[in-house]
Amino acid sequence: MEAQFLIAGFGGQGVLLIGQLLAKAAMHDGMNVSWMPSYGPEMRGGEANCAVVISDEPIGSPLVTEPPIAVIMNKPSMLKFAPTMEQGGLMLYNSSLIDIEPDRKDITAVAIDCNGIAEKLGNARTANMVMLGAIIQRTGVISIDSAMEALKATFGPKKEHLLPINRAAMEAGAEAAK
Amino acid sequence: MGQKMLMKGNEAIAEAAIQAGCRFFFGYPITPQNQIPEYMSKRMPKVEGGCFLQAESEVAAINMVYGAAGAGARVMTSSSSPGISLKQEGISYIVGAELPCVIVNMVRGGPGLGSIQPAQSDYYQSTRGGGHGDYRMLVLAPSSVQEAVELTQQAFDLADKYRNPVLVMGDGLIGQMMEPVEMPEYVKPELPEKTWAATGWKPGCGRERAVINSLYIDPSVLEQHNRKLFAKYAVMEREECRWQEEMTDDADFVIVAYGTTARIARSAMRKLRDKGIKAGLIRPITLWPFPNAPIQKAAEHAKAFLTVEMSMGQMVDDVRLAVNGKKPVEFYGRTGGIVPTVREIVEQIENMAKEAK
Repeated sequence: MEAQFLIAGFGGQGVLLIGQLLAKAAMHDGMNVSWMPSYGPEMRGGEANCAVVISDEPIGSPLVTEPPIAVIMNKPSMLKFAPTMEQGGLMLYNSSLIDIEPDRKDITAVAIDCNGIAEKLGNARTANMVMLGAIIQRTGVISIDSAMEALKATFGPKKEHLLPINRAAMEAGAEAAK
Repeated sequence: MGQKMLMKGNEAIAEAAIQAGCRFFFGYPITPQNQIPEYMSKRMPKVEGGCFLQAESEVAAINMVYGAAGAGARVMTSSSSPGISLKQEGISYIVGAELPCVIVNMVRGGPGLGSIQPAQSDYYQSTRGGGHGDYRMLVLAPSSVQEAVELTQQAFDLADKYRNPVLVMGDGLIGQMMEPVEMPEYVKPELPEKTWAATGWKPGCGRERAVINSLYIDPSVLEQHNRKLFAKYAVMEREECRWQEEMTDDADFVIVAYGTTARIARSAMRKLRDKGIKAGLIRPITLWPFPNAPIQKAAEHAKAFLTVEMSMGQMVDDVRLAVNGKKPVEFYGRTGGIVPTVREIVEQIENMAKEAK
């Protein structure tokens, strides 16, 4: 089993965190994982993306150049990465900020109203966790429980009070992706 | 072994160094190794006797390393290609003065300022000395974050054992990637006492003055010194060669690759085996001393070799020296910060297999 993800958006949307939670949760589930960020002369609000590989074998390349699964949080990322996707791939995209559909007929595209759902729940900043819930629903590589464990470890005791709203966001995202 | 943590290569190296007793870090920022000094700046002040200092330049940083090493401390610096070039003068002095230290190079694309993406184009510089004069450094090339941790800790021991700098050579990908790490419990091996260290001489303190110097005006004395250094290198060549072999026993085509490239070559090897092509992999862990033995052994039965690097072809020279004309040695490389893909390597070997028929 090997799952490769490309997760892209703009800086501040929490795309790197989505990837880290996926990797951490899968690591605790006993899988081999790698997380590789794009790095470069980036700026605040500029593009950000990361590649995550989860496998029961040792991982070769941590780069994902033809993503079988793409998680797209903003429109420039859609334009940039839709053409690179593997045939038959799965794209989850944030329809709150993307007013177009991917220009590919050979992939499955799932629109998730991440920001809309997060705002309804009362915390717009959990839009990335809505998307993580959708990823979990569609791919099953990790569970919401293991994602929550990873988030708890990332947050530490200071932010523990934010865990319930994040769980609600993941569950709402999972529901929206059904 | 402790608990499994998801860590960036750069941060894991920094923590591993501290665990191994590194108490002095001098550096200057450059991508893609910035998380090493960043981590050190946070952690070192909390460690007893720990010192982090951001120098005014790479040249200053390596000379601070020279000083701390001369005083007998466990000391490290890190940089990336252009910064490592700047440190070469200091490294040559440190070798000349026979001081132990650890240098990390997270290689990026060159020449010049090049790019900030991963590369392996500093192989010649790393394995042939780098600075002026006749010298060598042990060069350790990790291909995972876990291995980066282990090799960094060993680097300190090897440096002390041989009184010579040890270079840990990664690349942008090893530095930036996060992987699961188990931080090993560091156990210091038995090492010679640093009786040569300049720790403050006082009249009547019972020992000679320690002199840290790389200047030998008398040619015959310098020649003697160089012979002494090379006697050390001969021991390193005999005792410190490290590599990993996979499926080479029956391999028709042997891929030789190190670091990041070896991971990708390994995936390619598995894919080729699935297709019925007998591929094997030799992964040098020490780039100097270069593991000639497994290559010579494989040259007895393999049809051909393929060296894969993120450069225009540097290690391939060492592979050709080891193979010594017995079998063809092909090369495939990507450069400028581009990482070769599994598909590209598979295609290379498939073409070689066709030609061999």
